[in-house]
Amino acid sequence: MSEIKQETSAVGDLPAPRPRHHRGVYDALVIGGGLVGSAVAFGLRQKVDHVAVLDEGDIAFRASRGNFGLVWVQSKGMGMPAYGHWTMSSQQLWPQLAARLNDITGLEVGLEQKGGLHPVLTDEEYEERIKFMNGLMSQPGMVQYDWKMLDRQELMDLVPGIGPEVRGATWTSVDGVANPLKMLRALHTAFDRQKVDYLPLHPVGDIEQKNGVFEMTTPHGVIKAHKVVLASGLNNQKLGEKVGLAIPVRPQRGQIVVLERTRRMLHTPFSTLRQMDEGTWLIGDSQEEAGYVDGIVGLPVLATLADRAVRTMPALKEVRVVRSWSALRVMSKDGFPIYEQSASHPGAFVATCHSGVTLAAAHALRIAPMVIDGALPETMSPFSTRRFHVQQAA
Amino acid sequence: MFNRLPETQQTVTTRPIALSINGVVVQCREGDSVAAALIAAGFNDFRDTAVKEVPRGPFCMMGVCYDCLVMIDGQPNQQACMTRVRSGMKIERQLGAREVQP
Repeated sequence: MSEIKQETSAVGDLPAPRPRHHRGVYDALVIGGGLVGSAVAFGLRQKVDHVAVLDEGDIAFRASRGNFGLVWVQSKGMGMPAYGHWTMSSQQLWPQLAARLNDITGLEVGLEQKGGLHPVLTDEEYEERIKFMNGLMSQPGMVQYDWKMLDRQELMDLVPGIGPEVRGATWTSVDGVANPLKMLRALHTAFDRQKVDYLPLHPVGDIEQKNGVFEMTTPHGVIKAHKVVLASGLNNQKLGEKVGLAIPVRPQRGQIVVLERTRRMLHTPFSTLRQMDEGTWLIGDSQEEAGYVDGIVGLPVLATLADRAVRTMPALKEVRVVRSWSALRVMSKDGFPIYEQSASHPGAFVATCHSGVTLAAAHALRIAPMVIDGALPETMSPFSTRRFHVQQAA
Repeated sequence: MFNRLPETQQTVTTRPIALSINGVVVQCREGDSVAAALIAAGFNDFRDTAVKEVPRGPFCMMGVCYDCLVMIDGQPNQQACMTRVRSGMKIERQLGAREVQP
């Protein structure tokens, strides 16, 4: 209970929340206002009239404000072909979501789906990569897409300016990028336009289901809804317990280096290096098990990121670093997303993953309708937490 | 707009440092930042922004806002407010996003 008390006092002195459009019981409510929660809420609003999003304040762990913005397919699904299909379906739905958001808000979210690259710098990495991709794609039931191992010359034809050490890269036509900050803004602007009640500074302390209605306790009172979707990232573990869901997630830190804006030069993104629609460069893809520390960056990781980027594109050594940051990925026990409806509290769902950008379209256009229908179809069963309950052999 | 204080104006006259700004030679004084020298010489538009290419000049004068970017001796995107003047410096307006040659 001490945790709840602490949250209450953290927001106690803050200004009154913005007025709500809807005062009664919401048709559906999402806990979490990041990319996952916002995409789900946007999708819900296309189906029902009264939707609310409960969010924390600025001090929350904000994976959605620290990510790299890939809309990415290659490499995903080793050990779970269903995840490969799910990712692919989201990639295919992304243009539809971006267009819909643009209709409603007039905002562009920087979607570019012109293919993507995963670089390899040594012969060993080259061989490993071929082996990995062959293994991934030959899994029974795996989604199929075009991929190629580009050698040095083929890569140079596609990306002028690669460094002498670059051995090659895997390429697919299905990968791409978006601008994650613009995406988050577009979703929140859509909330405004479509009268979704976005309620910041509403950390949820307790959830109770009474006569089929969920009651969320917040510092600003009890908010009620017929359906609730847990999309609060790392906090899902704690909230899941309130509705009978055991959700094993942990933080995995990633750091990003940001370079100043330059004229557009890199039109095909690497998984580790990309140029934004407005010219800044992001270098990323570090992975650290470092607990809940998202406020610091460290030289060993940053130096490694910078080193690999300069080896990939030597011209970048002249380009200045303007920012760096870290954020916490929301990793499940096996790294795959979790989607499930509570058996003990029907109407309560969980949606959590570490690819909130890639999967935004699937969350808005597939998960949200399933929530309104009241059931996840059988095809979604690989994503339930039941996969964590398998007995381990002694 | 901005003028030098009379006592500093005097140093400009007695011990001038010459810079070239967009091809125009102007005098300033030792210890000036490039941004101060440009403002004192009447240049308020330092650059055109990287995305929409609209004019901007210094806002913070302390290295934070990145609105005072200029080209110095051929080096793009230099912070004028964080750079001291040197005799013979060649300063040019930063026209949009810098180029990187692959």
